[in-house]
Amino acid sequence: MLTFTIRRLLLSIPTLLFIAFVIFMLLELAPGDPMSQMPLTIPPEVKEKMRLALGLGEPWWVRFPLWLRQFFIVEPQYWIDAVFGTNFADGAQRIISFQSRSPVFDTIAQRLPQTLWVVGMSYIVGVLIALPIGIISAYKQYSVFDQTGTFVSMIGFSVPPFFSGVLLIVIFSVQLKWLPSIYDTTHVVTSWDSFVFQLRQMIMPVMVLALQTTAQVSRYMRASMLDNLSQDYVRTARAKGLSESTVVMKHVLRNSMIPVVTVIALGIPSIFGGAIITEQIFKVNGLGQLLIIALQGNDIPMVMTITFLLAVLIVVMNLIADILYGVLDPRIRYD
Amino acid sequence: MTDNTLELTEKPRSQWLDVWDQFKTHKGAVLGLGFLIFITLFCTIGPLIWDVDAGKLNIRNKDLRPIYMGLFDSSAKVSWGSPMGTDNLGRDIMANIMQGGRISLAVGWTAMILALVIGTTVGVTAGYFKRLDGLLMRFTDLVLALPLLPLLLVMMLLFRDPLRSAFGPEQGIFILIVTGIGITSWMQTARIVRGDVMALKEREFVLAARSIGTPARRMITRHLLPNVMSPIMVSATLGLATAIITESALSFLGLGFPSDFPTWGKILFDSVDRMTSFPERVIWPGLAISLTVLSVNYIGDGLRDALDPRIRGL
Repeated sequence: MLTFTIRRLLLSIPTLLFIAFVIFMLLELAPGDPMSQMPLTIPPEVKEKMRLALGLGEPWWVRFPLWLRQFFIVEPQYWIDAVFGTNFADGAQRIISFQSRSPVFDTIAQRLPQTLWVVGMSYIVGVLIALPIGIISAYKQYSVFDQTGTFVSMIGFSVPPFFSGVLLIVIFSVQLKWLPSIYDTTHVVTSWDSFVFQLRQMIMPVMVLALQTTAQVSRYMRASMLDNLSQDYVRTARAKGLSESTVVMKHVLRNSMIPVVTVIALGIPSIFGGAIITEQIFKVNGLGQLLIIALQGNDIPMVMTITFLLAVLIVVMNLIADILYGVLDPRIRYD
Repeated sequence: MTDNTLELTEKPRSQWLDVWDQFKTHKGAVLGLGFLIFITLFCTIGPLIWDVDAGKLNIRNKDLRPIYMGLFDSSAKVSWGSPMGTDNLGRDIMANIMQGGRISLAVGWTAMILALVIGTTVGVTAGYFKRLDGLLMRFTDLVLALPLLPLLLVMMLLFRDPLRSAFGPEQGIFILIVTGIGITSWMQTARIVRGDVMALKEREFVLAARSIGTPARRMITRHLLPNVMSPIMVSATLGLATAIITESALSFLGLGFPSDFPTWGKILFDSVDRMTSFPERVIWPGLAISLTVLSVNYIGDGLRDALDPRIRGL
């Protein structure tokens, strides 16, 4: 298992380098110019100086390794300095946003909590709803509950978040006036009332994202439970005289959870992608909104860094899913 | 005597007739197919019957409510001239939904076909030629590890202007969106097709075909492709659904078609600002997207059952 983990870790390094290269070259080859937003009255030679000041004067084979160095060496040095008060970084150049002229990671650190709150909460809620639905649907296959569950997850697959979100706003904010339609990120929880307010403003974005998760995870849970319910060891357990709840909740559930856990791990990156749209609807100023603004402003370092961070998340989650599969299921041996 | 018994037996049945018979037993799939045909006809033939220009401004008749609002609220501005209402510039919403549906469906179908062609080519090549397998599958895994939605957004924003100047505003964006969706959604098809081709390669009929000297090209087109049709068709339905959703999502984020060029996602995006007073403008395009995708998903479900020979015939 350990050798497998190490091999996968080593393999993920070229993968990440390749992804970074693809993103970098896409941004490099694209004809969009960060100076295109500047006033036309600026003389060409000044514009050229501004380009140099942004670091665009060098060719890509100089700038790409430079970006890699900044991302993998300089930025972690700054984090270590910030935590331990050391001075490893020694004033080295950090990744700077074109728009705000401040370090990219500072902005990301400001935006991350909002996204994590909404995305993380929705994922937990979605999984917690999905698991019982999947279990009951499989145990009572073709019952009314199962049919309804299938239909609801079909809807979860089919209704895009930008429609379900807008629909929720129309119903609950416009017609019933129960919930606020805009997520207030400056809100700080200090008392019971402010906590209730926080809960109320989180309900809609969380439910929109959770619907997608629930649809997926409950399908997998159902299929996995069905696979296991027809196995011989279930008959044996029943024949031993174990109670039905022990058979289902202990024997079957534990075995069925193995593939579902990996699906849950693999789904985390895609929900961050989905959050880009959800944040736009509910006006959450999280990472997704930051990416959209950076894209519109041709802020290449910001776009590059956020996109690459998402790629890192995908690679890491794939790795975790593979390792979890091996750890949870003793029948699977990678070596 | 033998002739008699032959006449009594059923007429010879083709494989696809069997598939259709099984497909018909899936109620959701039949309903889905019906709705997909309806919405396709609505968007293609609809504008011929309902010949209101989708882009025509009619300020006098702006902000009309849909016709059913007259039932609840006698003061609501309604007109039989525009049964779904008009927008803030007086454009007829029904004509816009038809026009937008044409674009959305066209993007969906073209992108799906592109993704299928790429996916099938990669899958068959990887499965059939052992030398290329490692390379192609490694590449597929790499593409799967890319964050696709952000990259699509980047592509939209960066290549929009050059393509627009090269092919015109509508054609350029159409090509960009279709290519973007196509090259970011072929990976699942490639994986499934590769697996199936590798299993098929071990079968006797392939050995027989090879022993009479069938060249690789004919082997693939004649023996392998017809046998991987069913997984390809199932992933086609999935691909159509995701392509429609992705196009709408791009339009919704303001990175799709230009503003005077309606698609379902674009109409939805334009209506969000005024949804407090005119919720129906959000609901019409949203319903169109959701119901189309829902019906396509149900068709895929039905197809999966119908194409599975273990279920068919039961």
